[in-house]
Amino acid sequence: MDLKEISNFITISAETLNIKKWDFGASFSNDFSVQVDKGIAKQLKASQKQVLTLRVWNNENLVGITTTSDLSENGLKKALYQANLASDYGNKNELTDFSPLAKDPIKKIKEFKRSPAGIKKLLETLRIAENELLNKHSAIKTIPYNGLSESFFKRIYANSDGAQRSYEKSQAAIYLYARAEENNRKPRSSGSVKIGYGLEDIDINSCIEEAAEKTISHLNYKAIETGKYKICFSPESFLTLINAFSSMFNARSIIDGVSISNKDSIGDMIANPLLNIFDDGLHEKNISSAPFDGEGTPTQKLCLINNGKLENFIHSESTARIFKTKPTGHAGLGSKVSVSTDWLVVERSENLSKHNYLNHKDYLGEYIYIEELNAIHAGVKASQGSFSLPFDGWFYKGGKRISIEAATVAGDLKILLKDIINIEKKQYLTTSGISPHIWVKELSITGDA
Amino acid sequence: MVLTSYINKEIDFNEENKELLEEIISLGLSLGADFVEIFLENTDNISVLVEEDFITNVSPSFGKGAGIRIFKDKRDGFVSTNDLSKKGLINSITQAIEMLDINSTTIKRFEGLEDIRNYSIDKCSWLDAIPTVNEIGEKLLSSTKFLKKEEKVNVRKGSYSRNWQKVIIASSDGTFAKDIRLHQTVGLNVIALDKQYRSSGSRRFGSSDSPDEFKNWNHEAAANEVLDSSMNMLYADYVDACQKPVVLANKFGGVIFHEACGHLLETTQIERGTTPFANKLNKKIAHEAVTAVDEGISSGSFGSLSVDDEGMEPEKSILIKDGILKKFISDRAGEMRTGHKRTGSGRRQNYSFAAASRMRNTFIAKGNYSKDELISSISDGLYCKSMGGGSVGATGQFNFAVEEGYLIKNGKLTKPVKGATLIGEATEVMPKISMCGNDLELAPGFCGSISGSVNVTVGQPHIKVDSITIGGR
Repeated sequence: MDLKEISNFITISAETLNIKKWDFGASFSNDFSVQVDKGIAKQLKASQKQVLTLRVWNNENLVGITTTSDLSENGLKKALYQANLASDYGNKNELTDFSPLAKDPIKKIKEFKRSPAGIKKLLETLRIAENELLNKHSAIKTIPYNGLSESFFKRIYANSDGAQRSYEKSQAAIYLYARAEENNRKPRSSGSVKIGYGLEDIDINSCIEEAAEKTISHLNYKAIETGKYKICFSPESFLTLINAFSSMFNARSIIDGVSISNKDSIGDMIANPLLNIFDDGLHEKNISSAPFDGEGTPTQKLCLINNGKLENFIHSESTARIFKTKPTGHAGLGSKVSVSTDWLVVERSENLSKHNYLNHKDYLGEYIYIEELNAIHAGVKASQGSFSLPFDGWFYKGGKRISIEAATVAGDLKILLKDIINIEKKQYLTTSGISPHIWVKELSITGDA
Repeated sequence: MVLTSYINKEIDFNEENKELLEEIISLGLSLGADFVEIFLENTDNISVLVEEDFITNVSPSFGKGAGIRIFKDKRDGFVSTNDLSKKGLINSITQAIEMLDINSTTIKRFEGLEDIRNYSIDKCSWLDAIPTVNEIGEKLLSSTKFLKKEEKVNVRKGSYSRNWQKVIIASSDGTFAKDIRLHQTVGLNVIALDKQYRSSGSRRFGSSDSPDEFKNWNHEAAANEVLDSSMNMLYADYVDACQKPVVLANKFGGVIFHEACGHLLETTQIERGTTPFANKLNKKIAHEAVTAVDEGISSGSFGSLSVDDEGMEPEKSILIKDGILKKFISDRAGEMRTGHKRTGSGRRQNYSFAAASRMRNTFIAKGNYSKDELISSISDGLYCKSMGGGSVGATGQFNFAVEEGYLIKNGKLTKPVKGATLIGEATEVMPKISMCGNDLELAPGFCGSISGSVNVTVGQPHIKVDSITIGGR
């Protein structure tokens, strides 16, 4: 069934259950992926998936919800029935409604939908990529984690008030994680991920080069002493950290008491004035951009931190009503609606130009360069602001660098943001956003020496 | 070209579907596959969330799907779909054949499916026997009310989740099985707050195949445990980074063995070349105090199964005996590619994942010491009473957060400390587990890996590690 057919069927079926108000979001996808092991196809996968989340409002305006992958007529009837039952338990203390922006025009974004390359082409491409990476260095023995995938999907939203939105897209991704080992030394592993709208858009050579360079460069490693060090975060690692603490921008998390921010935090100086952060889901470089969120609200660019000051929170319909503002296009779809950031853009404030020292390309002092943070799910306490994370990185001194054997970095985000001592000018594109290199006065490092 | 009947049947989960499944399997073999497996799944789930003194979310979900896997030589192709019509299943198996580019004239013989092994016979009434949303809500509300007794507790949450899954597994070696699985979990979470001090506490409880388990759950004892943990940690200082001996508590302390060593004993890791234990069978990899087990047969345990997702009954596997590596955890592909016999460990999150070798109930066996004997043997160390999450990198390095920790001084527990992280490598740490307590207990959890998130238990008695790197401030 397409958007109109589903809407029509739900309209008719809802009437028989005396349901007058409903909305739904659905997605349909076809995914293909391949993995290889030294040239041999390891697992080839294809999947056809459909999932629909349906909300209904009862006579007391309480919401009930059901999610299903059964989009047959019987499946949709059962979903309506179950959602109606669930509405008896709707949250009376926090009512949910349609987004007031669900019928606003959405920004026309070019629909990037490529043609499928097909499993054979994916396999052939990955075989070549794996082989090239293996041949980059004799120490690279295997590429234990690799994959090439393409996905074609359609997302729709509609409600009983007449809102109807949909978009289609394609996306492809390659990841190559190499494992290198030299005699009497510990194995080292690193890799690279590249995404594009389709196979033809992925820069596979740069993925190979990056995976090889990262893995090989870490072969010569050394343990470091535990202590406090000056830190330079790579664009990837800084974005990883900010995303892990994105509950500080999240109105849902603030209402739930699990954020380091509170309702009155807007306007607080939370970071060095050099720091600007935007959430820009529609950024032209964001391959995963979506023109509307789970509630049908148009996606928009939002300033989160401006010259170090907390500027905005991200909202769903219900949190926006509590905060007496408008939804921002960051909602999921549920009876308790989740809220999340889209695509972060970090930049150096234009208004401040005096902090021009410290550049990772020419600084000769002693510092630690954090290339990649790991184990985020385990080492971040977002509700407390603290973190303790293993990382891949480098110890720099006098312009020379050596890979760090194994270490963790620990700190408190609130202190870290205020302890930023420089934000480099040049921004880098990553798979999760855009950021320059960020320098921090000091953080605790636990080493193995 | 194989003729199939033109009647477009659809999978009916109340029936065996033998004829239709045999037709699809025959088609796969006739097109050149060496082996065909069909996994059918029907689910009915619900989650309930209580925050403070109100039910804030009730989310039912249901669905059905099929995962079809074919092997040709050692390669495999996997297709998943929500379309359970005959046409949909034919399309899927044809797609799997095309993906593997099979052009074989040799056709494997198919004797038909054996008589169904129906593990679901006594389980058909489970959906009627599980607690109602009203009963769940009442008990969760009672739990969060109980958490209110400590005024510094700022956030109180109780959550319940029920996963009901009916599966049918059929494959070209004749395997034909049907089962119903039921998993229920309940979690309590608090955040305590006092000026600049914050702490959190959480516990999860879970059961498998026991409809009444939630009704019997002692929510007051659970709430007390969570409260004690968060209040003890509220004013704790950060731990200093160091290398020290540690005592890891029983139950969820076993997560370290699960992550740091258990995963390295799965045949998927041998296939990838990412386990240092690949060539260590019958060799010493741990201290002689260590015996470790993975099994799927303990009644009611969260990782137990009547039959795995490849149609094999689970076995009890002694992984390590007195420090010697005795066995790997293996699935069908693992047996084919590494030679290690299947252990009834082929598991997947749902129909959209191909099964892989995964742990079930995994634990270090009990030893002879009391917890006090372990602690009193340390003059300067750390007691890790409650572990948080962790991870293991591609080279075997692990990293685990300590949720609730206490310094050990002169054989006694002293002040609580926070921010500790245990860092190490399985090959280095396993030989340093020098003492095992006599108080083995298991704890439920979810394990995410190549075939998605599956229910497991982790466990151990209290254990002593002679030295480990502790990350801190």
